[in-house]
Amino acid sequence: MTSKIKNKELQVAALQDGTVIDHIPVDKLFAVVTILNLPLMPNKITIGFNLQSKKYGKKGIIKISDCFFDDAVINKIALVAPACKLSIIKDYEVVEKRIVKLPNEFTGVCKCINPKCITNAEPMNTRFHVIGEDRKMLRCHYCEQEMNRDEVKLL
Amino acid sequence: MRGDFTTIPFKLRKTMTKSLVNIAELSKEKIQYLLDMAQLFEKDPNLPMLKNQVVATLFFEPSTRTRLSFETAANRLGARVIGFSDPKATSSSKGESLKDTIMMVSNYADIIVMRHYLEGAARYAAEIAPIPIVNAGDGANQHPTQTMLDLYTIYQTQGRLNDLDIYLVGDLKYGRTVHSLIMAMRFFNPTFHFISPEELKMPQPYIDFCDENHINYVIDDEFTAQSISHADILYMTRVQRERFTDLVEYERVKNSFILHADMLTHCKDNMKILHPLPRVNEIATDVDDTKYAYYFEQAKNGLFMRQAILCDVVGITAEDVKSKM
Ligand SMILES: [Zn+2]
Repeated sequence: MTSKIKNKELQVAALQDGTVIDHIPVDKLFAVVTILNLPLMPNKITIGFNLQSKKYGKKGIIKISDCFFDDAVINKIALVAPACKLSIIKDYEVVEKRIVKLPNEFTGVCKCINPKCITNAEPMNTRFHVIGEDRKMLRCHYCEQEMNRDEVKLL
Repeated sequence: MRGDFTTIPFKLRKTMTKSLVNIAELSKEKIQYLLDMAQLFEKDPNLPMLKNQVVATLFFEPSTRTRLSFETAANRLGARVIGFSDPKATSSSKGESLKDTIMMVSNYADIIVMRHYLEGAARYAAEIAPIPIVNAGDGANQHPTQTMLDLYTIYQTQGRLNDLDIYLVGDLKYGRTVHSLIMAMRFFNPTFHFISPEELKMPQPYIDFCDENHINYVIDDEFTAQSISHADILYMTRVQRERFTDLVEYERVKNSFILHADMLTHCKDNMKILHPLPRVNEIATDVDDTKYAYYFEQAKNGLFMRQAILCDVVGITAEDVKSKM
């Protein structure tokens, strides 16, 4: 199983140690690039654009050498590109594969769209609940405003 | 337990007390409990339940009516009151954060009653304060003590909360009080009638809320003696000019949602008219002298309900109140 995954990943570019983010919808690729702050990273980075994907038709992929992200960053990716796949590579092997999924509740990551919300006036963390059957909506924990997750601005 | 409250460490106090931020957090049992407690204060509003305690009323947005009601409640309970009614006179106008103001006042007071122009301010204050917060309105979001006094008034005038026909009239789009009332009444099998101009109709999320909670409702744009003849409660709200995007439409409907005494000829004997006040002209003054008018009593009920809530947030029970009667 591991070697099969490895071979597939090698089709784009081999990675010794680092993180692969695959199945990014192409219209969200640059948003993910911004979230990860890639332009300011000294690491070796491969970005694939308009690659073939069974799921989306076309997809994006990002490979970053010697870099592993914490949950806060992964939650940000989940907000703009849910269902992309993140793999941790150690010594050319996939040691961990995870589906990027927003937790039911999270802090930080994005701003509340309500200009009259306390979180936009006070130096404090934002906090959101993921709601709706398709989990496409967020509700601000403070002002209770409901918003589409596509319309929020990232912090 | 009373009297030595300030000697209890902050962390422990926090676990003993509970803020009131949002009406949706109250269970059916808790609502009934608070109604029963308010009834005790209606019988005797001068019980010194909060003797030696300090209640802070922090009004970051002026609201004389609400502040006077809370301060009267606190005073009649024997508490002393500190606070401000004009944020221009405080350091928050110099850029002090809400957190710093709340933490500072928490050193002095046992309860904070807070009104704020920003939404979510009360929730945040309740998270950071070591003492209970009572939300006296946060922007367009929540005003739970208003809803509780509305429930108390309905209960007082009808003898029950179950199975009532409640007619909500006027601005159902922006009217925070009517939205909260729907939410709180979900336990009591009401039938709501939403009567409003098209531009100010009940927003879809509240219609969905009714559907999800199996609340009966009728939508109507006609406001006549006939259309209100089955009402148990007629809840009037202001139709404000500035809420309209189409001023021609405003001119057309502005007189259609005014209640006159001659519209009360067909109504039920037990029917009562409520209004969150202040009114402008949506209830003609000739209604005031009818037996159906109840908005001034409703405002007075705010006192008893706020007494019950001030006691409840610091852990004083209905039993404690009865033992002082
Ligand atoms: Zn918010």
